[in-house]
Amino acid sequence: MTTPPPWAAEGGQQTHAIAKNDDVVRARQLARTLAQESKLSLVDQTKFITAASELARNTMVYGGGGELRAGLVRRNGRLGVAAVFDDTGPGIADVDLAMTDGWTSGLGLGLGLSGARRLVDEFLLDTEPGRGTTVTIIKWAR
Amino acid sequence: MSERVPVLRIGDILLVSIQVDLEDQTVMNLQEDLAEQIVSRSARGVVIDITAVEIVDSFVGRMLATIASISRLLDAETVVVGMRPAVAITLVELGLSLGGVRTALDLEKGLALLRRSVSRTDRR
Ligand SMILES: Nc1ncnc2c1ncn2[C@@H]1O[C@H](COP(=O)(O)OP(=O)(O)O)[C@@H](O)[C@H]1O
Ligand SMILES: [Mg+2]
Repeated sequence: MTTPPPWAAEGGQQTHAIAKNDDVVRARQLARTLAQESKLSLVDQTKFITAASELARNTMVYGGGGELRAGLVRRNGRLGVAAVFDDTGPGIADVDLAMTDGWTSGLGLGLGLSGARRLVDEFLLDTEPGRGTTVTIIKWAR
Repeated sequence: MSERVPVLRIGDILLVSIQVDLEDQTVMNLQEDLAEQIVSRSARGVVIDITAVEIVDSFVGRMLATIASISRLLDAETVVVGMRPAVAITLVELGLSLGGVRTALDLEKGLALLRRSVSRTDRR
C-alpha cells in the first residue's frame, strides 16, 4: 500500500470519478483550482495541471476509468497540491518501459508518464498487473 | 455528441481560435475539420490562436503537430499564435518541442508571416 499524501487540514480533499471523456476536462479544472489555492507560481500551476491532464487521460484510456482524489497538502509547514489517480484496470507489467520517453502501447506520444514525472516535485507510481494503477503527484509552492 | 470549434475564413486563410478547455474528441474533430476545409475552401494558410489556452498537454500538442503536417501535404501552411510563456516552458519539459510547428507571438504577426510565405510560393 502506498503512503497517502500529507493532506492539509484546510480545504479538504475531493474525490472525482474519471469515467467519461469530459471527466478529463473536469480533472484539469480541479487541478487548476487547487494549484491556484496552493499559491503555486503560474509556471508551476501550468506544470501541475498539465501533469494531471496526462494522468487523467491514462486513467480513462488505459485504466478503463477510475478515480481522482486531490487536495492541498502540507509538510513541514510547506503548502502544496497533490493528486492521486487510481484505477482497477490491467496495471502496468513493465514500469521501466512505460516510463520511457516515447514508449506507448496505444496511439499516444508516450510522454504522459515520463513527462508528468518531470513536471512535478513528487511522483509515485504504484501498479500491479491485474490489480490496477495508482499514480500520486505533488507540487510544492516555493 | 461532442462540440466543434468554429473555423473562420479570412481570404485564403483559415482561422481557429481556441477559447475553451477542449475534450479529446473535440480536438480530433478540429483536426479533421481543418483537413477538410483546407481543401474545400482552397486555403493556403491556417492560423491556430491559443492565446486563451492555459495548458497544452501531449494530446493537444500532437494535434498541433499533426495539423501542421497535414496542411503541408495539402499545400497550406500552419502557424500557431499566442502561446503563453508558461505553456512553452511546460511543453519543453514534457518532452514536446514541436519543432515542425511554426509559431508567432500574436495573431497579427502570424497573419503577416503567412502572407509573406504564401506570396513567396505564388511567385514560383
Ligand atoms: N493507468 C494505466 N493503466 C495501465 N497502463 C497504463 C496506465 N497509464 C499508462 N499506462 C501504460 O503506460 C504507457 C505509457 O503511458 P504514457 O507515457 O502516458 O504514454 P501514452 O499515453 O502516449 O501511451 C501507456 O501506453 C500504457 O501502456
Ligand atoms: Mg498518456
